[in-house]
Amino acid sequence: MATTLTPKPVLAEVPARRGSEHRRHRARQSFLGWLFSAPYLVFVAVIFAYPLGFALYMSVHDYFFTAPGVNVVRPFVGARNYLKALSDPAVLRSFGNLGVFLVINVPLTVVLSLVLATLLNRVVHARAFLRVSFYLPYLTASVALVGVWLFLFSGSGLVNQVLGPLAPSPPWLVNERLAMPSIALFVTWKQLGFYILLYLAALQNVGTELYEAAATDGATRWQAFWNVTVPGVRSATVLVLLLATITGANLFTEPYLLTGGGGPNGASSSPVLVMYQQGIQQGKPGYAAAIGVLLVILTLVIAFLQNKFGGERD
Amino acid sequence: MIGRAKVLAAAVGFGLVLAGCSSGGGGASAQASVAQARGPITIWYSNNEQEVAWGKSMVEAWNAAHPDEKIDGQEIPAGKSSEEVIGAAITAGTTPCLVFNTAPSAVGQFQRQGGLVNLATFPDGASYIESRTGAAASQYKADDGGYYQLPWKANPVMIFYDKDMFKKAGLDAEKPDLSTFDNFLAAARKLKSSGAAKYAINPAASSEFYQPQFDFMPVYAAESGGKQIVADGKAVFNDAAGLATANFWKTIYAEGLAGKETVQGDAFATKVSAMAIVGPWAIASYKGKVNWGAVPVPTSTGKAANETYTFSDAKNVGLYSACKNQATAWDVLKFATSQEQDGDLLTKTGQMPLRADLQKAYPDFFTKNPAYTQFGDQAARVVEVPGGPHTVEILQILRDAYTKAVISGEGDLQQSLNDAADKVNALLAQ
Repeated sequence: MATTLTPKPVLAEVPARRGSEHRRHRARQSFLGWLFSAPYLVFVAVIFAYPLGFALYMSVHDYFFTAPGVNVVRPFVGARNYLKALSDPAVLRSFGNLGVFLVINVPLTVVLSLVLATLLNRVVHARAFLRVSFYLPYLTASVALVGVWLFLFSGSGLVNQVLGPLAPSPPWLVNERLAMPSIALFVTWKQLGFYILLYLAALQNVGTELYEAAATDGATRWQAFWNVTVPGVRSATVLVLLLATITGANLFTEPYLLTGGGGPNGASSSPVLVMYQQGIQQGKPGYAAAIGVLLVILTLVIAFLQNKFGGERD
Repeated sequence: MIGRAKVLAAAVGFGLVLAGCSSGGGGASAQASVAQARGPITIWYSNNEQEVAWGKSMVEAWNAAHPDEKIDGQEIPAGKSSEEVIGAAITAGTTPCLVFNTAPSAVGQFQRQGGLVNLATFPDGASYIESRTGAAASQYKADDGGYYQLPWKANPVMIFYDKDMFKKAGLDAEKPDLSTFDNFLAAARKLKSSGAAKYAINPAASSEFYQPQFDFMPVYAAESGGKQIVADGKAVFNDAAGLATANFWKTIYAEGLAGKETVQGDAFATKVSAMAIVGPWAIASYKGKVNWGAVPVPTSTGKAANETYTFSDAKNVGLYSACKNQATAWDVLKFATSQEQDGDLLTKTGQMPLRADLQKAYPDFFTKNPAYTQFGDQAARVVEVPGGPHTVEILQILRDAYTKAVISGEGDLQQSLNDAADKVNALLAQ
């Protein structure tokens, strides 16, 4: 019996074994990765994906809420809710109002919070008091603050008394042209403390040597601010832009309370207020969901553009 | 980037699958068995001081006599409105058996949601409601002939006036003539020009769907001789009575006799306005603040008080389908709306039980409280919101037209009412 001895492929086997170990190692790592990510993935799935999926589902059905166990037909309606929303003057107006709001609120938020954060960063005395003062409106419930603004901006309110003959007529909150800008100012003022805090955190990462170098080069305070501070907090600026836009897109409490349900004549209605009216009050959650999906898409487009043009390029 | 997109798509897809699977099942068989069941039940009542007092005493009286079928009485949970709280509870299946604060404007939606029990399915359901409320019960009957609410109490809307302010303006404070639009406007101008009040009257000028119930609808009910804003499935508020009503309010706003801004608190109780258009529930809040009188809402021709209709501002009782002991709930409902309990409600809250024989049933109360007699009389001539699942939408359409054409005075009034009526008709035709 002839025996053939096949030489052991020692050199070939080693990489094969190593490859197999490597795969096992990667699988182990991958498993651990998924395991550690699982809580967050579950959180995303339950808190974000499910409601978003449900909203999409509702938006393409003639959906309405029922008591448990009640069998009703909720027919598939395709894009009907979307087409209706896109041709509904009240919905279109609310998106237009939102545009006015964002155009005023977002730039004002970015500029004021950056400038105030820069100034607060330099303050030596009463630093904590000043920071808390700016943060206080953010912590206070809108419902409480609305009362103060109703008093300030009413026809016989403090603002009009100061303005005297320059006071607008009709007054701010019942004036079709001024209602939404007034709300934008209110929200800017209310949220400012939070964004100042973001910028203050970002400013701690801007090296003092950069300011020293700028001073050595003879830069003025304005030049140092423009050429050192502004680029130094760029990532914070993008974050503020995104958060201010997303928060603004969800505008509800202020038109609901400050202008009595989006008045006058819908001049301050917002998409979320219309969603509330349609979905909760009028029992048409499918239609409200379609408006909501359109709002999400619009917000994503704006956020994408902000990130593209304002984000880091390096 | 592609990986992220895949994860996002998968997550949303997962959500869609869950959403698709979440539609409830079940049937009417379980509902049939609970209709006969008896045992403890939970009820909600309104959270104002007077109604809480009535609710507690009613629960105490029932529980003393029914130890095996006790009531757990609770104030309705806080929310933007009672209707939203109840609507959410229906969806979650957590409604109590009875809610003594069910707005007629919400009943159509609750019915569509399957949240309410048709009281006419109880052997004595329809007969009890009709014998207690009389002919007015028909306004609360659903299109399918059922009763998904028990007409409980009305707050007939009238014009309250501040006697002290009227005296200051040189007007008759005891028997002011506010019966015609012209006389009302003349008095309002005098109140304003004399400086007696900042505004003659100040209904909320805001855009919420329920506001027509406190400006347009009471006056329209009076002017039209008792018509609802929708009749036979068509909007009728754009008729001559509707135009006259809208013109009346438009004049008030155009001349600055009413404010267009939100007033914090009650404008009448805080002396911002000399008149208010509201029901008797508000009397408790005027105690010690306003020396008030009340007259029926005005009409163009000055109809006599006993011919004047108004808006009911009723709150009814619903028996909710999540109730496990519906036989007990129905008995409690009859107990809570018995002549004795209605009398206690009238005494404690000053609100008018929706009973056909109200003044005859409680002669002592009306003798002791003559100021309430006119509300008792007016309760016999009240008009309700239109029924059905579109009530809120109809009211919102009317409100949107009203705020633009009446409060802001923009555009042609008749055209605005016609446009709103067309929208309502299109909605009702769906």
